[in-house]
Amino acid sequence: MIATTTENDSAEHPAVPTAEADRPAQSEARRRRLPFSPWHLLLAPIAVLFAFPFVQMIMVSFMPSRDINRLPPRFIPTTVTLDGYRGLLERSDVLIWLTNTVIVSTVAVGSNVVLCSLAGYGFARLRFRGRNVSFLAILGTIMIPIQLLMIPTYVMFARLHLLNSLAALIVPWLATAFGVFLMRQFFLSVPRELEEAGLLDGASRLRILWHIVLPLARPSLMTLAVFTLVGSWNDLIWPVIAISDSNLFTLQIGLANFQGVRRTEWSLLMAGNVVAVLPLLVGFLVAQKHFLATMSSTGLKG
Amino acid sequence: MARSATVAVPEDASTATGAGRRTQRRSEQLAGMAFVAPAVIVIVGLGIFPAAWATLLALQKWNGFSEPRFVGADNFERMSRDTDLVAAAWHTLLYTGLFMPVSVVGGLLLAAALNRRIRFMGLYRTAIFVPYVASAAVTGLLANFVFNPEVGVVNNVFRVLGLPQQGWLEDPSQAMVVLVIMSLWGQLGFVTVIYLAALQDVDTACLEAAEVDGASASQRFRHITVPQVAPATAFVVIWQTIQCIQLFDLVYTTTRGGPIGATTTLVYYLWEQAFRQLSFGYGSAIAWVLFVVTMVMTLVLVAIQRRRGGEQPA
Repeated sequence: MIATTTENDSAEHPAVPTAEADRPAQSEARRRRLPFSPWHLLLAPIAVLFAFPFVQMIMVSFMPSRDINRLPPRFIPTTVTLDGYRGLLERSDVLIWLTNTVIVSTVAVGSNVVLCSLAGYGFARLRFRGRNVSFLAILGTIMIPIQLLMIPTYVMFARLHLLNSLAALIVPWLATAFGVFLMRQFFLSVPRELEEAGLLDGASRLRILWHIVLPLARPSLMTLAVFTLVGSWNDLIWPVIAISDSNLFTLQIGLANFQGVRRTEWSLLMAGNVVAVLPLLVGFLVAQKHFLATMSSTGLKG
Repeated sequence: MARSATVAVPEDASTATGAGRRTQRRSEQLAGMAFVAPAVIVIVGLGIFPAAWATLLALQKWNGFSEPRFVGADNFERMSRDTDLVAAAWHTLLYTGLFMPVSVVGGLLLAAALNRRIRFMGLYRTAIFVPYVASAAVTGLLANFVFNPEVGVVNNVFRVLGLPQQGWLEDPSQAMVVLVIMSLWGQLGFVTVIYLAALQDVDTACLEAAEVDGASASQRFRHITVPQVAPATAFVVIWQTIQCIQLFDLVYTTTRGGPIGATTTLVYYLWEQAFRQLSFGYGSAIAWVLFVVTMVMTLVLVAIQRRRGGEQPA
């Protein structure tokens, strides 16, 4: 029973397959007084509640301010205006924030994919001195929370004259313990036989990794990329600590500070919010299964 | 970075003769080290090394500029007298106490509701999961808008229903509730995904047998489903408790600890001490205690889960 339902549903949500609800057909028929499943009565309002803030955010970003400041405020704009976005461009450094964020996230994703693949493969396949110790050290860092690290890291970066630079934002995201662990788990699941032919032909480990193993790792690499993208794009506490120069603000700190300055200019603020969340929102809608895989593989850490 | 250059080392693989095998093993040594070195340097350099330094800082008095002074346990003694710190602990506890039950129970019920094939299910799931991508800055601004006393939708719904207008984030007794609601909005999807995955492993034969024996839907859920997803529950509880203890981002983007200190959580207080008052030593001491408390709680929860799991018939 489970097999058939999982199959049908996996087209939509391969990461989280569904099992048919636990009741046979007769009781289903008995309950069928409504022309639709009663579950809609529960789920539809909840879904609306969850979607509401995003929908309103988009509405308000296109709204003239008179629509917001009347009583009761309008939900759908009377006229669609780009004033919010225009004001955002004129009165904030949103383009600078966006550029900084894109640079940091791009480097973070690229570097994580490369370094975590290499390290994951090394830990899974190669025997060398210090392997267990260094892997345990990496696992150990997962348990250490950011608040214990932030003061010494701040001092360290200050001594290296790295505060207030894009490097300060990038370096902590070059490689992540989660990524190394994720990739190692994947490489352990690849049959060794696949690599043996290559080894006999005298191919280097790097070539084997690149040509034979990595092409198989695409789902894990996507999960790693999504994790790194969301994490580096949304990071707040470290940028708040390491950056005070407004030319180096990311979207997150830029927006958080801007909010204090333009308290009631809602269409402006919501336009900023749209810019900050839209790339991830679109990414989620397009690559939902990879996002869901990332969410559930966070459990690997535990 | 320059480090990536070191990766190109293992180009010499040899034939499988006796001497060749030895060089091969040697080259595996080198390759292994070269492969893991960049990631290990970054992760351990920014993980283990600062943690060790924080231990030292916790025993010092230092503002970041002058000579650090060794003060022994003074910082820890100061913590026991710090009423603001105690208040911050209570605020964190309040947040955790409000957030955890709704998050765990709500996540499980939501997952059970989403675990069926009906029309629009893809749409429902997307709506519930998508707030996962909203950052604290984004969530904070949405909170400020939705719960705004004048233009916010919540107070406008209250007015239509004839209920009194509330101050929400501007009211010391309500601000934390708003933070909990917004955190739930962002994180319930995550809990639901974990539970949805766990529900796939629930024994359907067992559920069907119970139904044949006349167990009601709620009995089956309570006595079969809930015990069988216990490992997921343990993970969710541990993970979310850690998140609760570390609450900072949403406070920073909404109330900045106010009104009148009502939402100053432990990590927010720690951040203020360290980066506003420049008490690096005292801040590190607080961070250490937080870390130890988190570790102990995690170990206790894991132990409870192990024992519970052991009692159950396999």
